[in-house]
Amino acid sequence: MTTDAIKPRPGFSLTQYAVCMNGIVWREGLRFLHQRERFISALVRPLVWLFIFAAGFRQVLGISIIPPYETYILYEVYITPGLMAMIQLFNGMQSSLSMVYDREMGNMRTLLVSPLPRWYLLFCKLLAGTAVSVLQVYAFLLVAWFWDIEPPHIGYLTVLPALLLSGLMLGALGMLISSGIRQLENFAGVMNFVIFPMFFASSALYPLWRVQEGSPVLAYLCQLNPFTHAVELIRFALYGRVNWVSLAVVGGCAVVFMIAAAVAYDPSRGIGRHGPAGGET
Amino acid sequence: MWRRIFFAMTIWPAFAAPAGAYVAYVSNEKSNTVSVIDTESWTVTKTIKVGQRPRGIEFTKDGKSVLVAVGDDDTIQIIDVATQQIVDTLPSGPDPELFVQDAAGKILYVANENDNTVTIIDIARRARLGEVQVGVEPEGMAISPDGKILINTSETTNMAHFIDTATRQIVANVLVDGRPRFAEFKRDNSELWVSAEIGGTITIIDPTERKATGKINFAIPGLRREAIQPVGIGMTRDGKTAFVALGPANRIAVVDATSHQVTKYLLVGQRVWHMAFTPDEKYLLVTNGVSNDVSVIDVAALKVIKTIQVGELPWGITIAPQ
Repeated sequence: MTTDAIKPRPGFSLTQYAVCMNGIVWREGLRFLHQRERFISALVRPLVWLFIFAAGFRQVLGISIIPPYETYILYEVYITPGLMAMIQLFNGMQSSLSMVYDREMGNMRTLLVSPLPRWYLLFCKLLAGTAVSVLQVYAFLLVAWFWDIEPPHIGYLTVLPALLLSGLMLGALGMLISSGIRQLENFAGVMNFVIFPMFFASSALYPLWRVQEGSPVLAYLCQLNPFTHAVELIRFALYGRVNWVSLAVVGGCAVVFMIAAAVAYDPSRGIGRHGPAGGET
Repeated sequence: MWRRIFFAMTIWPAFAAPAGAYVAYVSNEKSNTVSVIDTESWTVTKTIKVGQRPRGIEFTKDGKSVLVAVGDDDTIQIIDVATQQIVDTLPSGPDPELFVQDAAGKILYVANENDNTVTIIDIARRARLGEVQVGVEPEGMAISPDGKILINTSETTNMAHFIDTATRQIVANVLVDGRPRFAEFKRDNSELWVSAEIGGTITIIDPTERKATGKINFAIPGLRREAIQPVGIGMTRDGKTAFVALGPANRIAVVDATSHQVTKYLLVGQRVWHMAFTPDEKYLLVTNGVSNDVSVIDVAALKVIKTIQVGELPWGITIAPQ
């Protein structure tokens, strides 16, 4: 990232920054509202896991009490935080997909010609994506509640900061990835090489003690996976508790991914060199 | 569905109000101990060494002592609550399992599993008053609210025996399903419930007519019928809600005691066996034999809120009267 990019440029008031953020977040919100299929698919995907996949494993767990749980739980209760993080993971990747689309269509150029700092524009875009993912997660929690997934009521509030942080981390990761994708068609690779490994090699579907029994190496890889920590951060927050290790990992990764994405989107160092079709540079 | 929507729209307290500080005593059948649980901190505060194979456990009516049947020592030990020491024994028959006190807390009726008898004991005098011959493997014990009828269930004979407490004679027998484990009266004496472990049912008996009037069945998706084995029963004082421990199904069934319909199943530990309410009926504590713990149920919310590790093979539980 260049020094110019980091420093707020003189001559812009806070109001102007706020107007910019409002514009980007509003556009993302409108886009989300107008794409009902996107909303429905964002909701259906975790619900399929909850209603169908978890049904088959209903009796599998429930033999060991692990924090933050204080009693025995059914499998669907266990995977709920993992599915919440999955929503954010897919949303992060979806945002990256839309950025590739924007770049191909030339909309990205419109955004990036704004006189405000590039990193700020990207951060606003990230925030907009996160806000959308948080809405999706709450919609999922509402449906899950009717399926007897009932975390403590305070948990619905305490999970919000965790969702914002994990949403930012996963969104920044998506943004970083999108900087390296030159065409929409390449997005399938993201599914195979990013989303699936991150989701399956994590504590989203099975507790790590169970993975440890099957493969200590895989359990180690799971611990290195930032998505595992996003899941655990959400899991603990949903029960009003803080998992400090996960908080540190998710916070640290969010910062690193955001900086890397800002650098990657810098025309002089990142994607500018690729010169994509309809590119913004 | 509408009830849930109503709840969703209702402001619900984030945390349950703290429980009054009661004390629960849990008999651990395999470790030969009694665990003492504080119901405010939900922790085990003391473990008392008792005789061999402790099972039936109950506070005396004055709350000063805890009686525990130690089957392999063929006696009932008395734990003094103040000192938490065993201070005396009561003369039961061989292999005492479950027992019940009369309303005044003066007479104790004990089911002796290996002797097919019910022993009648004067608690104050520590003296045996008599015996009643019953069916094979007697276990469940209950006394009618008016104190006139004593119920004993015999596991192998599959019967609920009605014993007149005045004459100490069996006056009626009601056939129930396989391996009856536990009996419980409604406080208004309108119904007697008997659980059948192998039969997988609760038989509802009219105590006046002394006839079975209905049955409660249980079905949990994904579980074989044989895994559903009803044992302990707990009923709220108003007689509206009953809780039934389903043994290896690892569930507590919540039953509408008026309509006899199962309304919910609550996941607890493995092989859930017996249970006890706190005196304010805010919480129900259940023993999970195989997972060696006690689960705490919030009675109003119908949710399991905590599980506490105790000794090996927890069996019975009793909570100090107010």
